[in-house]
Amino acid sequence: MGFLELAGVRKTFGANSVVRNFDLSVSRGEFVSFLGPSGCGKTTTLRMIAGFEVPSAGQIRIKERDVTNLRPNQRNVGMVFQSYALFPNMTVAENVGFGLKVSKKPTGEIGRRVEEMLRLIKLPQLGGRYPSQLSGGQQQRVALARALAIKPQVLLLDEPLSALDAKIRVSLREEIRAVQRELGITTIYVTHDQEEALSISDRIVVMNEGRIEQIGAPFEIYNYPRTRFVASFVGTLNIFDRRILDAAAGAFDVDGQRILTGNGIAGAQVGEIRSLALRPEAVALGGGEGDRNLMRGTIEEVSFLGAVVRIRVRFKEATISLDTFNNPAAPPPARGEPVTVRFARSDLLVLEPQAES
Amino acid sequence: MKQAKIGPWIAIAMGTLYFVVPRFGTSEFSLRMRRGQYSFDAYRVVLDDPRFQATFGYSTVLALATIVVGVLLVVPTAYWVQLRLPRLRPVVEFITLLPLVIPAIVIVFGYLRIYGSSSLLPMTTNERATDVLLMFSYVMLSLPYMYRAVDTGIRAIDVATLTEAAESLGARWPTILFKVILPNVRSAVLSGAFLTFATVIGEFTMTSLLDRPAFGPYLQLMGQDRAYEPSALAIISFAITWACLGLMQLLGRPVEKSSAATIVEAK
Repeated sequence: MGFLELAGVRKTFGANSVVRNFDLSVSRGEFVSFLGPSGCGKTTTLRMIAGFEVPSAGQIRIKERDVTNLRPNQRNVGMVFQSYALFPNMTVAENVGFGLKVSKKPTGEIGRRVEEMLRLIKLPQLGGRYPSQLSGGQQQRVALARALAIKPQVLLLDEPLSALDAKIRVSLREEIRAVQRELGITTIYVTHDQEEALSISDRIVVMNEGRIEQIGAPFEIYNYPRTRFVASFVGTLNIFDRRILDAAAGAFDVDGQRILTGNGIAGAQVGEIRSLALRPEAVALGGGEGDRNLMRGTIEEVSFLGAVVRIRVRFKEATISLDTFNNPAAPPPARGEPVTVRFARSDLLVLEPQAES
Repeated sequence: MKQAKIGPWIAIAMGTLYFVVPRFGTSEFSLRMRRGQYSFDAYRVVLDDPRFQATFGYSTVLALATIVVGVLLVVPTAYWVQLRLPRLRPVVEFITLLPLVIPAIVIVFGYLRIYGSSSLLPMTTNERATDVLLMFSYVMLSLPYMYRAVDTGIRAIDVATLTEAAESLGARWPTILFKVILPNVRSAVLSGAFLTFATVIGEFTMTSLLDRPAFGPYLQLMGQDRAYEPSALAIISFAITWACLGLMQLLGRPVEKSSAATIVEAK
């Protein structure tokens, strides 16, 4: 049994179903991200764990204790908000010590814990400042220290880096991960930024329209997306719907050219349309030996992105984008030039048919 | 171009004259008690009058009680409306505006009927109980100012997130309200408090009809019997109101206890 368990959790607002049958088991010390677009239900799920929303159905357990109907102040769950939510009338030290003061801890203990937390977030000298005197990044670190000061069972972060600029976002997410590892605290992190989720999570829960699309490690989510939504939401992907030529062999027809997947397609019929996904970095220019797929097309577009050159190859109707490293010694082909592209059969993913709403 | 600039200046000049001339006339007249020379005699007479001290002290105590009760009533109401009952906002706003629409004399006659000697709750038969009744009537009279000021302050902060942040740290409602929300609407509450003070200190109708020894009826009494002292009292009243407005400005500013306000992004 996991440290944090969500079993059959649902949330509806009137006729609108925001979270549908959400099942998740999080181990102690695990860092799990909820990833999805706006309105997918990730924040609502987080708020149900925090106790700010009551599930319409299902159960939430922390350390095997049912907390579904407990008030937020009875759960011992730390929360970091997108807008920092520091108390403007209190200094940094008072903010960090607020939860301890509320729980009537001795003054000496509060002082020691506040110092410890400020050292942890590398702002030991700013205890006397007010939130308005800090930058956004510093405010969010203080919010993190405040949430951690009460030694919560679970740490919840609701898009904590969204309001910060790109450079601070990258450094702060690394700091959050380092702090989480140091304390070994079970953490749920909500974000719509796939790079953020991929870079810091042990596991990612990809959500869409209130449902879990896929749960897996970042490597698994990126390389083996199961649904069209995950494939299109995480990273850049070539996705095309094609007819099955031979289900047992995993053969498809792409504009008159036959391509093969790594395995057969179980339970599929010849002539059925399925979505295929192919990462741009898995495709290379030129022919080759072995059991690779080869396709002949024409260069339609060449985009120079610095270290990477993105090339779009058109067949008849379908196009495939491929990424190749910039090589000053070998300039990219020109538009209109006929080319052959190759990719491994195992890199061609067959996505699951889309679920009914 | 020049004409466009002259117009506003004329309006400002007229406005200034409209406000300054009567006050100048009143203050000049209040200094003429001693024949042939200016003096503060009228002020000395007023300030030495035991009735002034008694009535002003009474009104001040009642104004402070009104502020405390008003804050305790209005802050949780405005907070709750903002947080949980936003649909009720128009209703609450309408109720708080009623004292501006219904004349004080109508309200006080209502009080006399409901809390008179023949009622179930005869508050007017006892001086202390009448004081309490008067204080509540002041709370009601100052409701439009107090509610508007506090509501504006509460709407200016992210009440929902601050509440959730405090709750997630283990705080209960009284702690959230008095340690988190109230200090962050301090300037709004102070504005409401000073407006309440200015309203209560000179209130006449309710005080007079409930027969309490407050500053408003004293002002009226002096106006009937004396020549120079009412002018001095009028100037003193203005001074009190201006002092309240000045304090609103002074204390309403956000507090920055640390002078080192440099924003440094830590590495």
